[in-house]
Amino acid sequence: MDAIDRAVIALLQDGIAPEPRPFEAAGRALGIDEVEVLDRLGRLLDDGTLTRFGPMFDAERMGGTFVLAAFAVPEDRFDSVAELVNGHAEVAHNYARDHALNMWFVVATETPERAETVLDAIEAETGLLVVRLPKLAEYYVGLRLAP
Amino acid sequence: MNETRRIAMLDDVDRRMVRATQDGLPLVARPFHAVAERLGTTPEDVIARFRRMIAAGVVRRIAAVPNHYALGWRANGMTVWDVDDDRVEALGPRVGALAAVSHCYLRPRRPPIWPYNLFAMVHGKSRAEVDEDARVIADLLGDACRARDVLYSTRILKKTGLRIGAAKEN
Repeated sequence: MDAIDRAVIALLQDGIAPEPRPFEAAGRALGIDEVEVLDRLGRLLDDGTLTRFGPMFDAERMGGTFVLAAFAVPEDRFDSVAELVNGHAEVAHNYARDHALNMWFVVATETPERAETVLDAIEAETGLLVVRLPKLAEYYVGLRLAP
Repeated sequence: MNETRRIAMLDDVDRRMVRATQDGLPLVARPFHAVAERLGTTPEDVIARFRRMIAAGVVRRIAAVPNHYALGWRANGMTVWDVDDDRVEALGPRVGALAAVSHCYLRPRRPPIWPYNLFAMVHGKSRAEVDEDARVIADLLGDACRARDVLYSTRILKKTGLRIGAAKEN
């Protein structure tokens, strides 16, 4: 990753405007052409530096819901439980964390009822108690990483 | 305590547009033209719909999502705090305003397994950096905070984002 890659990431993290040729505008800001922006973006996605490029939807504004949930998974079942949890398309993120509650995942669905259904299913499939931690208030969301 | 949020009404074309782009935007010079072609509409329509969805907050932005591990931000600490209910509403936004905090939420306690109600996500290049940020938060919370912990993520098991209609389509 070179300095231009870092500049591409910094700029594209803030987002592009919906316009006919968004990468041309990004290229102008970066001093490279549109093709190079696309080449670098494609490579950063392929090598895993970026996980995704596209619209970031707010599920709640669409009437949907995000629920954070956690459970304590026995170490010898960790990988198989992760596979079960990740197998649900509604599971948007899943992280291993160093705590008695060692698996933390987020269920994103169109309705709160659907989230409950998914969490119930995960509980039934794993036989593990899922601790549900829905958001009560949001004080700040604004992740920006300096690359 | 519960937020009242305006629910944006999406029509059928909006929803098809969400489904067509939730895995990402096509990496071509004219990505909105490519989406329009897939949906059988015009690029102007797709662009207008995205502008509307951004204005309504349905789309936060159209952007790159970095893998923070790959960028060297290897320490991802979920700092959690048991903060006095009477004071958390005033203190939460102050914690959220700290530069190191990327997300800050109030969530229910689930005693005895989970005594914490305030969550502040902190990203750093090392655990020492995150621990230092946690100290700053602890100072800010002062005697309103009864207990605290930092949960470091050790592995990303999945990171995809929202999937609309996934259950029906997959």
